[in-house]
Amino acid sequence: MSTAFTGRRKRVFVQVIAGAGAAMLLLSACSSNSGSTGSTDSVTEFSLLTPAENSIIRDELATLSTDQCAAENKALPLKSETVAQADVVQKITLLASQDALPVMYVAGTAQVKPDGDIGKNNLAVDYEKILTDLGVWDDILPAAQSTVKAAYGGNMASLPFQYNVEGIFYNKKIFADNDITAPTTWAELTAATTKLKAAGVTPITEAGKDGWPITRLLGNYIFRSVGPDAMEKVQKGEAKLTDPEYVAAAQAIADLGKADAFGAGITSRDTDTAYAQFLTGKAAMIYNGSWMLANINDPAQTTIGADNVGFMPFPAVDGGAGNADQWPANAGAATATSTKAYGPKVGDWLKCIAENYGSSVMKNQSVISGFKLNTPVTGIPPLTEELQGVVSKATETVLWFEALMDAKTTSDAQTNVSLLVTGATSPADYMKLLQSDLDQAK
Amino acid sequence: MNSVLGDKKAILILLGPALLVYTLIKLVPVMWSLGLTFFTGNPLSGFEFIGIDNFTRFFGDPQAIAALGFTLKYAVIITIAQVGLGYALALMYVFVLKNASSFVRTVVFFPTVLPTVAVGLLFSSLFAVGDQEGPVNAALNLFGIPSVDWFSTGGGTFTVAIIMELWRSMGFFAVLLYAGLLDIPEEMLESARLDGATGWKLVRSIVLPLSLPVLLSSLIFSANNSLKVFDTVLALNNGGPGGETTPLTLYMFRTVFSYSDYGYGSTIAFVLTIMCFIVTLFIFRSARRDNTKA
Repeated sequence: MSTAFTGRRKRVFVQVIAGAGAAMLLLSACSSNSGSTGSTDSVTEFSLLTPAENSIIRDELATLSTDQCAAENKALPLKSETVAQADVVQKITLLASQDALPVMYVAGTAQVKPDGDIGKNNLAVDYEKILTDLGVWDDILPAAQSTVKAAYGGNMASLPFQYNVEGIFYNKKIFADNDITAPTTWAELTAATTKLKAAGVTPITEAGKDGWPITRLLGNYIFRSVGPDAMEKVQKGEAKLTDPEYVAAAQAIADLGKADAFGAGITSRDTDTAYAQFLTGKAAMIYNGSWMLANINDPAQTTIGADNVGFMPFPAVDGGAGNADQWPANAGAATATSTKAYGPKVGDWLKCIAENYGSSVMKNQSVISGFKLNTPVTGIPPLTEELQGVVSKATETVLWFEALMDAKTTSDAQTNVSLLVTGATSPADYMKLLQSDLDQAK
Repeated sequence: MNSVLGDKKAILILLGPALLVYTLIKLVPVMWSLGLTFFTGNPLSGFEFIGIDNFTRFFGDPQAIAALGFTLKYAVIITIAQVGLGYALALMYVFVLKNASSFVRTVVFFPTVLPTVAVGLLFSSLFAVGDQEGPVNAALNLFGIPSVDWFSTGGGTFTVAIIMELWRSMGFFAVLLYAGLLDIPEEMLESARLDGATGWKLVRSIVLPLSLPVLLSSLIFSANNSLKVFDTVLALNNGGPGGETTPLTLYMFRTVFSYSDYGYGSTIAFVLTIMCFIVTLFIFRSARRDNTKA
């Protein structure tokens, strides 16, 4: 009885294992994709998946679909869907494993790199090749081309729907009232924060709840002090985040927190609150990117007046290997096109986007993109024009702190930076945690 | 009836469909998840067999250990406070408010029906600091106490999380235990009173032993729920600051869905399952004695 039962149990167990194995093989099979670009269209609509938090791309493509790209839209209608930014990696992983990726989709930074899940499985087109074939590669600004390639491990895996330069927006009136000129060095910046604090103004506001606005400060300090290739060295294993010069950068940010430069409630402050603090004159500075121009140019939000907002680069660090002309830049979230879905009609859409998106998004949303302005746009607000000048003149750009990190290290960097700012963790421990994550990911 | 239940075919027909559904929606995913603990990867990158490496990694992972510590600390405090407060409320309903308790019961129960995420956002606003200062800090200021940045420290966030969860759930446990207390025969209470047992003596000698079964169920229910806490801490401060209020469930979620490591995520889920199992067994065993008998 017992033997018979054991035998039966063994058989059931073997069947369960075999079933699980077969299912896993099926899943694995789903993951491999030949990735050949078809000469006919396998899709009936131009499905677009974008982050719910950022409507710029979907709004502009919707506008194009009724205007310059109306013919392309008639042949392949635009269908837009959204996903919460925090769920992007999960959603794309599942869609890709089910062979159900949309035509154009947002993806995680690490996913579209050559060694990422999307890159490895050839699930995203190489825009350089495709746009060159379509004869519109020149519509991508050279600076945007190099930024995208640098961010995604040499892959032109994303289109520069936004070309963001980052720096510090400041309130000209508050600076003038306190006899402060735009700081050009870190020492000048900290002196300015001390002065502003004494005057009862919050010196710098950031959306500390999101983490990344603070890690941007850390990354930029590293680029200014160690050099523009500082994070590349870490990625290659030539340097470690626990090296003294990297820890010194974390110390500089911790010191800002210790001096209460960010004001009360920095760790739980969200984007809307931080924007409101700056745009209503409660804070003197905010580190942010050119995407904030949409808010600054909105009189309803900017009660201090858009003319009262100045923009300066992240300051240099005395004796550092980097300089303030190396602008932090990015091309927005990775937006890839499915290799499997690519066909002539999708190509027509891409061609139309490359030719018209730049002017259209500048005209309608005052957003700077990495596309050429093929149709001149007039009436651009002064600050937007100033930043556009920065983009066109920038000769060297740097990425952001987490650009070359894996998903877990990125998450740990952003979630733990609040502890660094409040002094709950030491700069050395913070960097040790991140270095250990990087070592684990190798 | 006996002849029907003695027939194996009849048993199979009666139990078969339910057993099949249970197996498909409960056991298969559990076994599947268990199988994944020996692999690394995700459906897109494929899976690689790595033996027990995920378990070795778990016990050497400071973030996992910290999440485990937080989970246990949260579960112990919440379970004791939740059931304790619920029991005190239930006693108040039965012995103090008596028939007039329905309004209070409804009011105290009300937060239970609110979505947890909404409650989390509500409490993060109540305890906010800075430009959008919440009423709690405003009240502290009234008494000359400076504002507290509750969410900048693990301790502060933990305190708010405990207050929030107790506010949200004590009404539920009060109703659950109230139903148990109503089952105690009035005659028994009356005769105890005639024998001179009143107040705390009545509760300790009569009410507590007779309500032990429902108290036990509440403890198991509360412990298992609080071990699996997820949405409250996520909505309150995203498991932060840093990972200081990150329970195992949230760490598991991030490992699977943000870091795309299904194998290690399943390992964390497995550890959590074992914990729930041990806690349930422990509570059962420690209360095996039938307190209603002499």
